[in-house]
Amino acid sequence: MSTPLSGPGSAQQAPGRGPVRTGSPRTSRTARNHAPITAAGLAAKVILLGLVAGIAIWAAFPLVAAEKWVGLAVLVLTTAALFYLYLGRRHVPAKYLIPGTLFLIAFQVVPVLYTASTAFTNFGDGHRGSKDDAIVAIQTSSVRQVPGSTQYPLSVATKGDPATGALVFLITKPGTDTVSVGDAGGLRPLEPGAATVGAGGKVTAADGYTVLNFGQASARSKDITDLVVPTAGGALRSSGLSRAYEGKAVRAYDAGCDCVKDSDSGKTWTADGEVGAFVAADGERLAQGWKVNVGLSNFTRVLTDERISGPFLGTLIWNFAFAIGSTGSTFILGMLIALALHSPRMRGTNLYRMLLILPYAMPSFAMLLVWRDMFNTDFGLINNLFGLSVDWFGQDWSARAAVILVQLWLGYPYMFLVATGALQAIPRELTEATSVDGASRWQSFRAVTLPLLLVALSPLLISSFAFNFNNFNAIYLTTEGAPFPADNPSNGATDLLITYTYRLAFGGQAAQFGFAAAISLFIFAIVAVVSVVSFRRTRQQEEVYA
Amino acid sequence: MTMLTGAAVTGGANGPAAVNRNPGKRRKRWFAEVGWRHLVGLLGVLFSLFPLVFVVSAALNPLGTLSSTELVPTGGVSLENFGNLFARTEFADWFLNSLLVAGGAAFASVFLSALAAYAFSRMRFQGRRVGLLSLLLIQMFPQFLAIVAIFLIFGTITDLWPAIGFNTPWGLLLLYLGGALGVNTWLMKGFFDTLPRELDESATVDGASHAQVFFRIMLPLVAPILAVTGLLAFINTINEFLMASVFLTDTDAKTLAVGMRGMLQGGERNTNFGIFAAGTLLTAIPTVLVFQFLQRYIVSGLTSGAVKG
Repeated sequence: MSTPLSGPGSAQQAPGRGPVRTGSPRTSRTARNHAPITAAGLAAKVILLGLVAGIAIWAAFPLVAAEKWVGLAVLVLTTAALFYLYLGRRHVPAKYLIPGTLFLIAFQVVPVLYTASTAFTNFGDGHRGSKDDAIVAIQTSSVRQVPGSTQYPLSVATKGDPATGALVFLITKPGTDTVSVGDAGGLRPLEPGAATVGAGGKVTAADGYTVLNFGQASARSKDITDLVVPTAGGALRSSGLSRAYEGKAVRAYDAGCDCVKDSDSGKTWTADGEVGAFVAADGERLAQGWKVNVGLSNFTRVLTDERISGPFLGTLIWNFAFAIGSTGSTFILGMLIALALHSPRMRGTNLYRMLLILPYAMPSFAMLLVWRDMFNTDFGLINNLFGLSVDWFGQDWSARAAVILVQLWLGYPYMFLVATGALQAIPRELTEATSVDGASRWQSFRAVTLPLLLVALSPLLISSFAFNFNNFNAIYLTTEGAPFPADNPSNGATDLLITYTYRLAFGGQAAQFGFAAAISLFIFAIVAVVSVVSFRRTRQQEEVYA
Repeated sequence: MTMLTGAAVTGGANGPAAVNRNPGKRRKRWFAEVGWRHLVGLLGVLFSLFPLVFVVSAALNPLGTLSSTELVPTGGVSLENFGNLFARTEFADWFLNSLLVAGGAAFASVFLSALAAYAFSRMRFQGRRVGLLSLLLIQMFPQFLAIVAIFLIFGTITDLWPAIGFNTPWGLLLLYLGGALGVNTWLMKGFFDTLPRELDESATVDGASHAQVFFRIMLPLVAPILAVTGLLAFINTINEFLMASVFLTDTDAKTLAVGMRGMLQGGERNTNFGIFAAGTLLTAIPTVLVFQFLQRYIVSGLTSGAVKG
């Protein structure tokens, strides 16, 4: 559909001849080498670009509604660029590269950059929002019922499904019919007439809201207790399911000293911009802080904080051992079996092959869980079969041996397959020549077969190493990092860096997104260095760029 | 050819002469030449099969608990676990979600990286080398290392476009396509490079456009590598757990990996083992089918791609 000059034809030029469009002028084209515009090609173009326009319009409405103008600008520019690119005849390589690149940028490059920027912050539980958010949270959570607090009749409602929808409080000012609706964002008066107020001031119906009946409300009593509606003088909280009180905030922010004061105890916590928290003179920190830039401290913490650097180093060493052990053992076993079956006198090799590669075709997540239960101390197959009562995942070394064994089972069929292929590519004359020269089988394997196999398979071994280095499933679905030392529940003996990172970010304890992101960057640096070094050593770069 | 030389050499060595030797020596010789190969093969098959036999017997065991499961079922055989699997869990939903996400992601990612590999292999343009290198570099940062950032980004997307947000297969599919380029592009580029340039050059001379060259000439010729990368992408996506578990929390939106792990959580772990094993067998069906269908391509595709890097 485009010019042969800029299209695949340009491949005829020697590499390095210069920019693609320096060829002969467009006017010199004859009718013969001008590729015709086919009906099918045109139709495909119209349909695909129509689809792009449709998606862009669909995506634009929510952006306008939410007033996200930067997002809208990115959307418009991207769409315009796509139209310019595919309607024109130039930029042929870009036409092939852009579709994948768009996804790459949106869902890989942007998250990676976001991760990198997160690694320099204290982002995590307790440090999620801005300083103002933290102040509101501190004040509302310190609300106490004091003598003289105003009491309101309360109805609980949702804006959707009674069981899952976001809760709101509907309260009526005592003595009047004025109804207000409150949520975590504050209290707003409802239009007169939009709500029906029943006896005792309880709201029985409100436009746009579903009022919960007693059963529905008691099913969500915990959510109701947790809901705090900030007001000017303090906050509204529920007391039971049908009453609310407006309490006074015991702790209040004072802009003058940039601190939080507790009116009961008189204690003050001063804002510390370095750590993003209010800190008292005795070092006590308030739980709600805010997100600040902490520079390199997440990185230095990994290296210098003894509670972290010790276990981190152990995890790093085990991570290497795991990746090397998994890759090496699968390669050796796969190669041995491939060598054994690689003989013209062998019969039934197809049957062997079919049965051998079955583990590779099974869903590995399920088989990892099956293996976990095969290692079960009480009912596991391994202990039953051999009459043992080993607590496999309870001791460091048996747990490590077990996960490597599982990796061996899952991985060797792949190595067997590729080794079989590579063996078939080695001419039999080579090994025959060595045996004519009087070499033993072992010598000819060492001198001829193994080097040729390694040349063919080293890129796969490197990528297998990189894959196993971050093999989250292998650990998370079997041991979950266990066994853990008694004094450190966050870093177990079989933990890889990636499972450790996941636990920091999404584990049971307080999420530490910033710290987890810093460890992600460490992992990235390690894998990158290992890969670059090994690729250089195998000299694949030169070959690929030829 | 190798068959012929192989047979001739061995035949010459111990063919007619061997008849006169005593049978013990012959057996020894047979073992040294062929027998040990069968022994290694059999041991390998045993190692491959015993966990699978365990799964099959657990799936057929009517008691359906881990503690009652043996390597060979002795307490009778029934299909009860399969019935319970569909009656007590959302297995059918999970299965369809997985097929949709893994099938869609495999197909789309193979297509996207074939497009890119064609450009990198056949065209010379500014930034080609940089492009290839950055692909390698970006791919070293596995997508799931950025899971925290992805979680936060998709929080915004869910607010704006719930149709592709959390708990939808479409959002997860898009997310997986972020990693579509990368390793697959390199593997495919290696394969594209092995095809003679004369093929597409002559088509161009005959007036074919670059799109026609790509769809009519290149794609059919690279079918083996498409099959292999497609299979690998399918297997990887079916097994992907980390992102899917963060992404899909509604019971009926889960994929097999997330849903089935839930079966073996907490107190249900022992009692659910039978239906879990039944689910494992059903989960294997699509992969085994694709595997059988593509098997003839796999060995040649993997190794030719590997040699080229």
